[in-house]
Amino acid sequence: MKAAVITFPGSNCDRDLADAFEKAGAEVVRIWHKDTEIPAGTDVVGVPGGFSFGDYLRCGAIASRSPIGQAVVDFAAKGGHVIGICNGFQVLTEMGLLPGALMRNASLKFVCRPQKLAVATTNSIFTEGYAAGAEVTYPIAHHDGNYVIDAEGLKRLEGEDRVAFRYIDNPNGSTADIAGVLSENRRVLGLMPHPERVVEDRQGGTDGAALFRALSGMLAQA
Amino acid sequence: MKARVHVMLKDGVLDPQGEAVRHALGHLGFSGVEGVRQGKVIELDLAATDAAAAEAEVKAMCEKLLANTVIEKYTVEIA
Repeated sequence: MKAAVITFPGSNCDRDLADAFEKAGAEVVRIWHKDTEIPAGTDVVGVPGGFSFGDYLRCGAIASRSPIGQAVVDFAAKGGHVIGICNGFQVLTEMGLLPGALMRNASLKFVCRPQKLAVATTNSIFTEGYAAGAEVTYPIAHHDGNYVIDAEGLKRLEGEDRVAFRYIDNPNGSTADIAGVLSENRRVLGLMPHPERVVEDRQGGTDGAALFRALSGMLAQA
Repeated sequence: MKARVHVMLKDGVLDPQGEAVRHALGHLGFSGVEGVRQGKVIELDLAATDAAAAEAEVKAMCEKLLANTVIEKYTVEIA
């Protein structure tokens, strides 16, 4: 399985994400925001957390329109798998690959803590490694994680079983406790919590490992 | 030619920052502030000389980058 991890100016979780993919057995290629193509043979693109372009204009807005941004949109349109974590989730909503938007936390405070989540669907390559209804703890660290979607959009997401994770004890005001959502074809996942920060014991937990293992295993067979 | 773009959250989208400003104004003794909405002003210097063409182009910029139309609305002034 081959994963391509993008680095934007201001990304700070790109190495952690690359590391999590490698530990799950993936070959990892690091790519730069000025690159214009996803490397041939890539199975999954990782859009990491951080503060791409200093969060100027809106979180993720400039990154989503960078040269690699169009390549990611094209890759997803052809059925490629994409995971966006934290700032990466903001980038994917700005690209229009995922519905809704991430606004300033309702508390107006930056939240940084281990966060309990419920796996809301196991019907995706990202979450099928978990038991239905499993509770996991991933770290969160964000100022703009307040997921907003209109009533119609929410109805559609829930009707199509596209909420991947929900917060237990909502930390940021997100609509319907939503922490992560899937695209219509279930091949693009965006989430605010950080599974890549809990893949080995020395990080204080391993709840994120199943996500990368499932992704790696499934895509290796594909 | 100059253009000024106002970007505001759409009606109905809760503005936590505006609410915080409203509370702060209350603490400073400005009673009677019933609502605060916070937005952005973006000024552009354009080479264009035709106002209608400039307006159309700036609107395209708003749709593609300057506003996130999922949660924001915008207005364009050309001067």
